[in-house]
Amino acid sequence: MMIKKVIALEELDCANCAAKMEQNIRHIDGVLNCNVNFMLQRMTLEISEENPEEIIKQVKAVVHKIEPECRLKI
Amino acid sequence: MSRNQKSLVRICVAAAISVTGIIIKYTIAPKEWISWIIFASAYIIAGYDVLWKALTNIFHGEIFDENFLMTIATIGAFVIGEYADAAAVMILYQTGELFQRYAVGKSRKSIADLMKIRPEEATVIRDGVENIVHPSEIGPGETIIVKAGERVPLDGKIVRGECNIDSSAITGESLPRHIKEQDEVISGCINLDGVIYVSVTGTYDNSTVAKILDLVENATAQKAPAENFITKFSRYYTPIVVALAVIVGVLPPIISGNMSWEYWSIWVRRAMMFLFVSCPCALVISVPLGFFGGIAAASKRGILVKGSNYLEMLAKAKTVAFDKTGTLTKGNFAVTKVYPEERRREILSLAAIAEQYSNHPIALSICKESVPVQEAAVSEIAGKGLVAKTSEDTILCGNKQLMTENGVDCPDATGGTVVYVAKNNEFEGYIVIADELKSDSRQAIAELHGLGCKTVMLTGDNATTANQVAEQLNIDTFYADLLPQDKVEKLQQLKRDSGEKVAFVGDGINDAPVLATSDVGIAMGAMGSDAAIETADVVLMQDNPTAIATAKQIAKKTLTIVNENIIVSILIKIAVLILSVVGLLDMIPFGMLVAILADVGVCVLAILNSMRAMYVRKRIGKIKLSD
Repeated sequence: MMIKKVIALEELDCANCAAKMEQNIRHIDGVLNCNVNFMLQRMTLEISEENPEEIIKQVKAVVHKIEPECRLKI
Repeated sequence: MSRNQKSLVRICVAAAISVTGIIIKYTIAPKEWISWIIFASAYIIAGYDVLWKALTNIFHGEIFDENFLMTIATIGAFVIGEYADAAAVMILYQTGELFQRYAVGKSRKSIADLMKIRPEEATVIRDGVENIVHPSEIGPGETIIVKAGERVPLDGKIVRGECNIDSSAITGESLPRHIKEQDEVISGCINLDGVIYVSVTGTYDNSTVAKILDLVENATAQKAPAENFITKFSRYYTPIVVALAVIVGVLPPIISGNMSWEYWSIWVRRAMMFLFVSCPCALVISVPLGFFGGIAAASKRGILVKGSNYLEMLAKAKTVAFDKTGTLTKGNFAVTKVYPEERRREILSLAAIAEQYSNHPIALSICKESVPVQEAAVSEIAGKGLVAKTSEDTILCGNKQLMTENGVDCPDATGGTVVYVAKNNEFEGYIVIADELKSDSRQAIAELHGLGCKTVMLTGDNATTANQVAEQLNIDTFYADLLPQDKVEKLQQLKRDSGEKVAFVGDGINDAPVLATSDVGIAMGAMGSDAAIETADVVLMQDNPTAIATAKQIAKKTLTIVNENIIVSILIKIAVLILSVVGLLDMIPFGMLVAILADVGVCVLAILNSMRAMYVRKRIGKIKLSD
């Protein structure tokens, strides 16, 4: 089973960063798929059911690392 | 103050300080350290956030980050004593970023406007009281009220009232339609006048408007080959350019053995210009923006494209294959010809007398044209026609065989099903009944030819009918007598023979396998048909085939824009690299500024160019049809 989450990314201003986020988030354990839509400032995340909080925390860390000004709204 | 305004103020202040610095430098010629302080302060005001991000990124191990590279490049300029240039580069870089943010924000807004069809609230009647709730809180079977000027929030059926409805947001059809009790109404349309009570038939998540929005918003998840190319390209581009910068900055002095400070400065300076163009942002932003714009523009015209890849495929398709019935024709039978035309009413009324009791499609189409004026005793001769006896006359109405058997002479006729009419064994005339062509089919084919496409028609009908339709519409080739599985085979053959991409247009009902086989499957008139939305790659919300030409045109335009951006951006970057390494940029004044301007400028131009994809002209240079 998996959980599908749509997360708004505020102040996502750099397209290159969006691509990098997508790439790096896909490598997190438990993330099945990730799609960052730069135009809609939105991330669609598919994660496994085990320990979703931990995965989200890691996702947040990646986003913060790549673009510190970007805020996540779940 | 918004973020953009803050940036603007900082840029202006930094620019003012820099200009003052330059004036002082060339007039008073102060001590070196005074210039240094002036330009360093301008530099820090303009770019402190870049410096800060660069610093934090070092700890994150992100060395190919654009902030980091820009910082290295400008600090390098300070080291070799080009203070003014360093400050100016930072100012220009920030101006470019500001403009980029502005342009992206602007296009985000236009796209959001294009998709502003999401109903926010609905008025539902519960226990006889009107409640305003979010559409998702309403279930099937409940009754909602839609007043004049409101958007229909959910799919349903009208139980009371009537109104004119504007469905342009959903179908791209601009003419309002009148709807009344018992009519279906789809979500996303706007009630122009009157009040309607609608019995909801499906949940919000399953409503037409929710599905369309979902489709369009998720379309960019299916990336086009051009986008994948850019993603790959940008992943290798930055490291390669940075590596080249290191080589250019270090190798020549070492190889030549000239270790003088002046010689080092020349090469460090050139290496810095490499870093200026090391960010692939122009491509990374403008390419997806172009595709997204194209998809949004198409959806505005009632054309739903399920992914950027299909848009690219459609742009490349050189052959468009059509299903006949329901796609090019209306799929209903109608009288298309009466012979002799001068006695049209008379012939039709004679035929109506004979056909009035039958409910065969042919009889129905005749009775639609004329009201039977007399009662008659009708007997049917299976496979041949009808014999009707009125008080005075005997009317024969049927095929040629019926006429010959009764000794009636009649001419040959083609063009569909021919019904001969004779009165008292005298030939009176004939009626041709055929599937009607859609009014704009011919226009659609002509437009597709104008766009350089070959047209092919695949049909299960016989060759005579197919030939006639193909001739009327000016279709290049047709294949008749095809069973559904033959159509799949024919399409595969078309793909093999041409070696090009082939698009197929069908009504999505019985041609799902063909839609799936083609490179781009286009389903037509999909309003409310889930099956079509499932199988097709491109869904037309309307029934007129000219939408195919519009879709093709939008796809072509989008791809042209994307290609322009890719080619121009890469060429400019390569040009800057070559010019700087051979030293041409050292020779002109402010060479460093030219390098950064070229890069920032091309990025802005690429974004502006991409924004064009969002706008479609009303109609493609209308092709005149001569008869």
